[in-house]
Amino acid sequence: MAVTVTIRIQEADFDIGREIAALTEGRIDIGAVVTFSGICRGREGDEAIAALTLEHYPGMAEAEIARHAETANSRWPLTGLTVIHRVGRIQAGENIVLVLTASAHRQAAFEAAEFLMDYLKANAPFWKREEKPTGTSWVDAHSHDDDAAARWTRS
Amino acid sequence: MKVKYFAWVRERIGKSEETVEPPASVRTVDDLIAWLAGQGETYAHAFETPRVIRAAIDHAHVKSDTVIAGAREIAFFPPMTGG
Repeated sequence: MAVTVTIRIQEADFDIGREIAALTEGRIDIGAVVTFSGICRGREGDEAIAALTLEHYPGMAEAEIARHAETANSRWPLTGLTVIHRVGRIQAGENIVLVLTASAHRQAAFEAAEFLMDYLKANAPFWKREEKPTGTSWVDAHSHDDDAAARWTRS
Repeated sequence: MKVKYFAWVRERIGKSEETVEPPASVRTVDDLIAWLAGQGETYAHAFETPRVIRAAIDHAHVKSDTVIAGAREIAFFPPMTGG
């Protein structure tokens, strides 16, 4: 059967149960679905964060996620995958991103989900701005995100 | 060519996109950053630390030594913080 790939960038929240159902409906060849959802933390160190505002590069963000989805499909025997990334203002406690990977067996689904998240963080053109009591500021990129993405590079 | 700016690069320059016509001596992404940095105070501020600036040509990441000839759209932005 064909691999089901869904990629969406949207302001609205997503329903994880509904997205899993869309990925598995009508199929009996799936033995594992791995779900990663990223949520807006209300605290970073000692500072409270009321909300994040996410900016993206329309066109390139979709293209970059699609390229990583293709790579994931070529490296692991997936039956489907879903990536949904929200943009706009997201309050503490709300969903930011969803990655679902489906496969006959769990190992491929676990690894592909981790690969997709590591690559998304380091390479997908999204930028976060934090709202703190002291004002708003752009979130700095972390080198450990680049390191996490680099470990998937085949030498 | 069309140039786009995102996040704090966009804020510092004060616009999200524009059409530029750099001279023929501007061959690479690095050259374009240096040329843009000379276009005024806001540009100088946006590009004051060129090594942190990331670039994309026609929706694909590129290195700073990439030749820009033939590019339709070049984007400049800070390191990404999505996910």
